[in-house]
Amino acid sequence: MLAIYKKEMRSYFINPVGYVFIGVFLALSAALCCYTTLQSNSYSTASYYYWLILSMIIIIPLLTMRTFSEERKMRTEQMLMTAPISITGMVMGKFLAAMTIYAGCLAASCVNLIPLYVMGKRESNPDEGVVAGPVTPEVVGSLLGVLLIGAVFIAIGILISSMTENQLSAAVITIAVLAVMLILNMLNGVGSEEEGTRLINNYVVRYIIDWISVVSRFTNFQYGILDWSALLYYVSMTFIAIYLTVRVYERRRWA
Amino acid sequence: MIKISHLVKNYGNFTAVDDISFEVAKGEVLGFLGPNGAGKSTTMNMLTGYLSSTSGSIKIGGVDVLDDPLNAKRLIGYLPEQPPLYPDMTVEEYLSFAYDLKNCKLNKEKHLREICEVVKITDVYHRMLKNLSKGYKQRVGIAQALVGNPPVIIFDEPTIGLDPKQIIEIRNLIRTLGKEHTVILSTHILQEVQAVCDRIVIINKGKIVANELTENISRAVENTRRFNVKISGPQRDVLALLRNLPGICYAEVLAARDGDAYTYMIESEVGIDIRKKLFWALAERKWPLIGLEALGMSIEDIFIAVVDKTAPEAAAAKAKKKTRYEGVRAAEEKELASDIVEKTVKDQENASFEEESTDSAYYEDHSIKEDTFASEGEKNEDRKED
Repeated sequence: MLAIYKKEMRSYFINPVGYVFIGVFLALSAALCCYTTLQSNSYSTASYYYWLILSMIIIIPLLTMRTFSEERKMRTEQMLMTAPISITGMVMGKFLAAMTIYAGCLAASCVNLIPLYVMGKRESNPDEGVVAGPVTPEVVGSLLGVLLIGAVFIAIGILISSMTENQLSAAVITIAVLAVMLILNMLNGVGSEEEGTRLINNYVVRYIIDWISVVSRFTNFQYGILDWSALLYYVSMTFIAIYLTVRVYERRRWA
Repeated sequence: MIKISHLVKNYGNFTAVDDISFEVAKGEVLGFLGPNGAGKSTTMNMLTGYLSSTSGSIKIGGVDVLDDPLNAKRLIGYLPEQPPLYPDMTVEEYLSFAYDLKNCKLNKEKHLREICEVVKITDVYHRMLKNLSKGYKQRVGIAQALVGNPPVIIFDEPTIGLDPKQIIEIRNLIRTLGKEHTVILSTHILQEVQAVCDRIVIINKGKIVANELTENISRAVENTRRFNVKISGPQRDVLALLRNLPGICYAEVLAARDGDAYTYMIESEVGIDIRKKLFWALAERKWPLIGLEALGMSIEDIFIAVVDKTAPEAAAAKAKKKTRYEGVRAAEEKELASDIVEKTVKDQENASFEEESTDSAYYEDHSIKEDTFASEGEKNEDRKED
């Protein structure tokens, strides 16, 4: 697993893909932060992190598209599959490498919040009881939430990459799947319960949509609440996708 | 070292490998032959654990590939048909990755250097794989299989894309490896098999059709009864003499003419060496014997005959097109081929179902002296000094 992890990390930095991902991530997060906080005269980071999650739909596939499809195309998977490592180890190595890059970017993007804290410190006046600036627990909670959602997205991206031989189709399908998950969640939120104007009324359908829509569970994190059920949900979604990836490889051996 | 019993692989309704069994002893070099689509690569992929089998078992050094894949894979070095190279890595990075992947315990730096010297890629050690020529890529692929010094080495067409000098080098390498390692070699080049392998297994349509020691086949090939003789003398009289000479069962004039000399093709009866008799008979008439060439069967002929025999429709179609001369020539190969095939079929039927106890297998010592390659390298240096 360690060998795979090291190789993946190196490949992110020999190829432009790693740099493109880091560059796009940081530029996008900076722009979003600017727009949602400074531009809108708000210290609340809630909408910043919400938009960051939306943008992950487009940029996470950059990170995951080549993980397995490239190996398959270059026939190098034959080397991995005949080496004395387990398939789980192989998938985990790749997943952890992608997670490392992603978590690194997320950590680096915290720089965006410095202006907010600086401004907040200037505006707040403890003597008069005026406290301004972003709420640190909210920021920490959101970061954790974004990290967990990113893990789910990466695991899904890796799963889709393992099913195709072409990087580009892996990326496009991943974007489509993630976007559908998100759009379903939005449709679920249309209308209101009290006025009876829900777009989707069927309880079962609502339940299923809620179950697969990753974003709906993010709200509690946004408010700085550690929601254990959501945490468990994200971790299980990640492991389900990883498990399915392992199955894809097992299945191919038996085909 | 390798024991394959009743191995079957189905792809849907298509049976790629149909109940094959064979064993490879430790230190043996096995040549694995077969026409395209015969199931060679499928078998190799199953041996290395890349594919699973539908039924049957494969044991590498007593370890079942399906039951304990990690330990089985640890014993194998594999070069697939297309070398599995990462184009963005240098040779050094790539081999170091292979080393880590196999979780080796040898001295890394020294081990990789030795391997590079053995397959002669030291001068491209720091270059990117994507910039290497096909031959170098192939050799890096071979190097990758040797990393960790596994006791079993499986090569799928190792000499493809190499120049003649490199091919000879690789063959020598395989022969050297064969002393301490068990090697399975699949190839289309039959001379290669003859030059390198101890035993030949021919597979066709998913079944083993021949399993024979190379020396037996070579001997059969040399024991020919047919000769091309070039005799200077009146054509009609010479032919009459040849046809009437006791021990010769067939004679004909071939088209080639050189001055007053003609070339004749003769076939002797079974178990007679006709050459001395022929010489004295011609000496008596004062017809000089200018040339005598044994028409040996090539290993290709045998291969084709074996394959044809196991695919009757194709052979029949081919037979129609054959000229009389070719028909005569082919008869002998067919005989030999049917001998080999019958023997193999009998062996297969006798292949025992018994299961050896494998408990002790894990404690078997598969380690190979660390200096397998070093000694070879030193030998080369000695040669240079000479």
